[in-house]
Amino acid sequence: MSVIVLIEHSSGNIKKKSFEAVQYASEIAQRLGTSATAVVAGSVADSEMQKLGEYGAKKVLHVPDERLNNLHTRAYCRLLITAARQENSEVIVTLHDVNGRAIAPRVAVALKAGLVSGALSYPDLDQGFMIKKSVFSGKAFAFVKVTTAIKVIMLVPNTFQLSKTTGSVIIEKLSVPFEDKDFAIKVTEVNKVTGQIPLADAELVVSGGRGLKGPENWGLIENLAKELGAATACSRPVADAHWRPHHEHVGQTGGTIRPNLYIAAGISGAIQHLAGVSGSKTIVVINKDPEAPFFKAANYGVVGDVMEVLPRLTEAVRKFKENHQ
Amino acid sequence: MKVLVCISQVPDTVTKITLKDNNTAVDENGVTFIINPYDEWYALVRALELKEAGIAEAVHLITVGKVNTEPTIRRALAVGGDEAVRIDADSNDPYVIANYIAEYAKAAGYDLILCGKESIDYHSGAVGPMLAELLDADYIGFATSIALEGGIATVKREIEGGEETDSCALPVVISCQKGVAEARIPNMRGIMSARSKALKIITPTPVPELIAIDHYEMPPQKAGVKLIAPDQMDELVNLLHQEAKVI
Ligand SMILES: Cc1cc2nc3c(=O)[nH]c(=O)nc-3n(C[C@H](O)[C@H](O)[C@H](O)COP(=O)(O)OP(=O)(O)OC[C@H]3O[C@@H](n4cnc5c(N)ncnc54)[C@H](O)[C@@H]3O)c2cc1C
Ligand SMILES: Nc1ncnc2c1ncn2[C@@H]1O[C@H](COP(=O)(O)O)[C@@H](O)[C@H]1O
Repeated sequence: MSVIVLIEHSSGNIKKKSFEAVQYASEIAQRLGTSATAVVAGSVADSEMQKLGEYGAKKVLHVPDERLNNLHTRAYCRLLITAARQENSEVIVTLHDVNGRAIAPRVAVALKAGLVSGALSYPDLDQGFMIKKSVFSGKAFAFVKVTTAIKVIMLVPNTFQLSKTTGSVIIEKLSVPFEDKDFAIKVTEVNKVTGQIPLADAELVVSGGRGLKGPENWGLIENLAKELGAATACSRPVADAHWRPHHEHVGQTGGTIRPNLYIAAGISGAIQHLAGVSGSKTIVVINKDPEAPFFKAANYGVVGDVMEVLPRLTEAVRKFKENHQ
Repeated sequence: MKVLVCISQVPDTVTKITLKDNNTAVDENGVTFIINPYDEWYALVRALELKEAGIAEAVHLITVGKVNTEPTIRRALAVGGDEAVRIDADSNDPYVIANYIAEYAKAAGYDLILCGKESIDYHSGAVGPMLAELLDADYIGFATSIALEGGIATVKREIEGGEETDSCALPVVISCQKGVAEARIPNMRGIMSARSKALKIITPTPVPELIAIDHYEMPPQKAGVKLIAPDQMDELVNLLHQEAKVI
């Protein structure tokens, strides 16, 4: 009966957004009168898995197979399906991220379960399992009803605030009947951007547009980002002109992000750009043109030259941090 | 080597979304429809490049949609491709869409199926992996480059905080994003020749939906921007700390 939740970790450290998923799954479980079971794959220490109890999980099913340290999606599907069948689960939760998005839809098909991608709310049980999601690039919300007995939900990271409680978990091994084809994809090279905060998961993001004039001025963006502990992003023309790497480009054709804070410097706020950032909780816009469309989507605005405003803001953040240690 | 490209029709990002029927449906009046950008710019163009390079023999397009999607699939044919099929059905459930495509693809036998990373209406990104499951094939998501040689696909794909290179035997379903190819604008010759290309219409055996959209809601209006003078950055930082509580 329990609610199953898939855990992601990086070299054995459980990701923060997975704690959020556990908290989400536990809350659903509680409302359904059951408990949450976390599924962990690969090399993770028991002490690390114990932390899942602090977010409401009652049980952990661990598949210690080392091959699972790489994200083989079919293997992950099989282990989720195995766990779901063993636990007789009616709800399976993953994250709506590059990993969850490759796994959850397959699991849904295998279990003939209705799938809600991009979930932004708890299921409304009075309405027969209805969940809110963002559609049309943030221009509307849709309320999706799942009509099947088993439901698969992909939760958008950074939707709910984490709150730790006390609680412990029972850790059990899960044995999964893997097949060769589950590991058929060979990973031949991995390139991780080191020393930087991955944009997709960042809570704070500083982003620059054509108003920065050229790559030589990106130090202004990077300094502010560093002071804040933020990731950096950019508008599409900036990536197209190779001022910044492509993975930083956000918008309709780039990444979609929902940080707590998005600072947009020298970006006009075209609708295709907003499509990727409109889910941000707080938006700060710095632009010398008071008519720039971005101000309409902003919470805080500074009408001024980025070359002057960015260093001042960086200095203000530095001072703030000094006083708040 | 045969390639199937999945094409979906979506409202253009710049069109305004309005609701009707007590917020249970999107008013399509005045909405401009386009080919889903990821399908057109990346999946379709990469398939065409593979044909031009002599690696693929045929590039077929498929869309699941009612007759109102026909101009969109014709536009896709104007960009390129040998022939297209339209499965005459409509659904907001990726499970249903994937089943229709899978049924057709199984019978026709494709080595490579390309789709977009997500459609920009419902942002599910679910049709690709579902299709792979239904076809018992591998799936690689969020590809940024695709090469083929000797029945092996070498695919760069986005992973968290970077990129990874995967190699995998065909058949495989791959979802495409920026990097896979450069967008092409259909030329006059393409537009003319698209008219004579075959567009097959198939009536599917209905597959029941597993989800349904109950209603829609418009996002709340923003309260309006609070302006801070450019020399008052301490004030901005305080607001971010005390009011917005984000730092
Ligand atoms: C189909 C399609 C898809 C697209 N997808 C994306 C996408 O995914 N992401 C994306 O970002 N764009 C996308 N675009 C492009 C988008 O329409 C805009 O052209 C783009 O976002 C503009 O980038 P920008 O704001 O950096 O540049 P600009 O529009 O040139 O704006 C620069 C801004 O900087 C301000 N400025 C200039 N100098 C200063 C200064 N010294 N101090 C302060 N402010 C200054 C200006 O007032 C202006 O507002 C897409 C377009 C199309 C047609
Ligand atoms: N109605 C459809 N017909 C054909 N292909 C589709 C359809 N809907 C989605 N797809 C394909 O599946 C991808 C992901 O779509 P989605 O799961 O709807 O986000 C799209 O980029 C298309 O390639």
